[in-house]
Amino acid sequence: MALQSLDIQRRSATTTPQPGSRQPIEVAKLIDVTTCIGCKACQVACSEWNDIREEVGSNIGVYDNPTDLSAHAWTVMRFTETEAHGRLEWLIRKDGCMHCADPGCLKACPSPGAIIQYKNGIVDFHQENCIGCGYCVTGCPFNVPRLSREDGKAYKCSLCSDRVAVGQEPACVKTCPTGAISFGSKEDMKDIAATRIDDLRRRGFDKAGLYDPEGVGGTHVMYVLHHADEPALYANLPANPAISPMVSIWKGVAKPLATLALAGVALGSLFHYVMKGPNEISKETEDEIDAEDRREREDKEAAQ
Amino acid sequence: MIRDPKDIKRYNASERVNHWIVGISFILLALSGLAFFHPAFFPLTQLFGGPVWTRILHPYAGVLMAVAFLIIFIRFFRLNLMGKKDFEWLAKARNMVDGNDHDMPEQGKYNGGQKVLFWSLGVCMLLMSVSGILMWRAWFHFPVELVRVAVVVHAACGAVMIGLILVHVYAAIWVKGTIRAMWYGTVTRAWARQHHRGWYRQITGK
Ligand code: HEM
Ligand code: SF4
Repeated sequence: MALQSLDIQRRSATTTPQPGSRQPIEVAKLIDVTTCIGCKACQVACSEWNDIREEVGSNIGVYDNPTDLSAHAWTVMRFTETEAHGRLEWLIRKDGCMHCADPGCLKACPSPGAIIQYKNGIVDFHQENCIGCGYCVTGCPFNVPRLSREDGKAYKCSLCSDRVAVGQEPACVKTCPTGAISFGSKEDMKDIAATRIDDLRRRGFDKAGLYDPEGVGGTHVMYVLHHADEPALYANLPANPAISPMVSIWKGVAKPLATLALAGVALGSLFHYVMKGPNEISKETEDEIDAEDRREREDKEAAQ
Repeated sequence: MIRDPKDIKRYNASERVNHWIVGISFILLALSGLAFFHPAFFPLTQLFGGPVWTRILHPYAGVLMAVAFLIIFIRFFRLNLMGKKDFEWLAKARNMVDGNDHDMPEQGKYNGGQKVLFWSLGVCMLLMSVSGILMWRAWFHFPVELVRVAVVVHAACGAVMIGLILVHVYAAIWVKGTIRAMWYGTVTRAWARQHHRGWYRQITGK
């Protein structure tokens, strides 16, 4: 779905500039993990607004339900019980696309226009251009995109780009009963986070902090964590996420250079032919073959 | 069809068909693979019925090529074992490319250059097949760290292979009288004598 009211920052597999004469503000969603009660109202709002419904699964002994992101579940609550700090803590993280400033999915995508990063920071999959190769899965440092078994397209949280485009907040934000999710300009979200982090620090969570990882240029979904020094506690949230060096090599300058080298080999061959001429049978060899034939004929005649 | 009874048989029909299957599937793979390699080549997807079909078909063509190549490999690897003469040939290859093949050492059915190409393609084919399977998300779910290595290997080997095949095809065009070996399987005695003298002797006893 192309949203003409949103200007484009980056477009997958496209090497020319994008429409960008407008200067929209950078937005962000702030998820305050310390205020979340794990009610999953946001999951429900997400499936309602986006008209997606994961098949009813079975209880695996924990609260996680659905147990993983899928083409039909763009956000899931991940529950962790830990005694890392001397007492039982129940950590609940709302997982989904982080809307990276430097998105690995978009970098990896080979299909023009299948992944769009809007100027406001939202990274959106345009499924009508998706070819189903799964390169976005290979590129994402957060293990977010999911290929659908039914239609072979990749899906993930859109940060409700359709709602944001018309000045509304994402569905999950709208619905959260505890106010754990806020949405607005990235600057404002950082301010709200700072206030909350101060509060948490005063209450004994001296490692409380904001998760807005530098390695991917910052994200447009940020977390307030009680233990910002140990993000892995929260269902393996990566401490230093970044686009894998393998992905950078894969999508780096080597490819245009290899293309030039191949063109060089093809043109080199052409010019070799033009300059050196074909490699034909030499007169010498032809004479030798003729001589062989003559000898054979003479031998035969002599035998008769 | 026999053109000159004295022509020398170089490939039988089954070997030729085998080679054409590898060749055609390679061209399809190179064109469809390049479409994902860089946006400049994305329009190549139109040759295969659109981008989604290109993505679907490419790995199956890969399986076909891998099987056909394996058969050709088993058929010809013994003839491509490298010997002292091959290294001598390689040391002088520059003269040959320069257009002077007078003092090249005598070669058997394949020369040093062809043998190097054979083994390079063998290695590339193996790497392409393994990495291709690792990347094939329609069927497989390998750990993402492994897939990230595979995509680099697949793209790099693909580029190397396309380069090797360009040289292979050009060599066949450059050396006159070669391409017919893949059309009807025979070469002239003069061709064999000039380019593969050792083989010529072995076949004709001269
Ligand atoms: C041997 C069996 C092969 C298999 C199983 C295979 C499989 C794949 C798969 C799964 C992809 C990802 C796109 C898709 O899902 O269609 C891919 C991409 C590609 N393939 Fe293959 N392939 C094989 C052989 C080849 C060969 C012989 C070439 C020829 C040069 C080639 C060139 C490429 C290229 C250039 C890409 C794009 C890589 C990139 O995105 O950087 N492949 N292949
Ligand atoms: S979290 Fe993954 S899917 Fe979301 S923008 Fe970053 S790389 Fe793309």
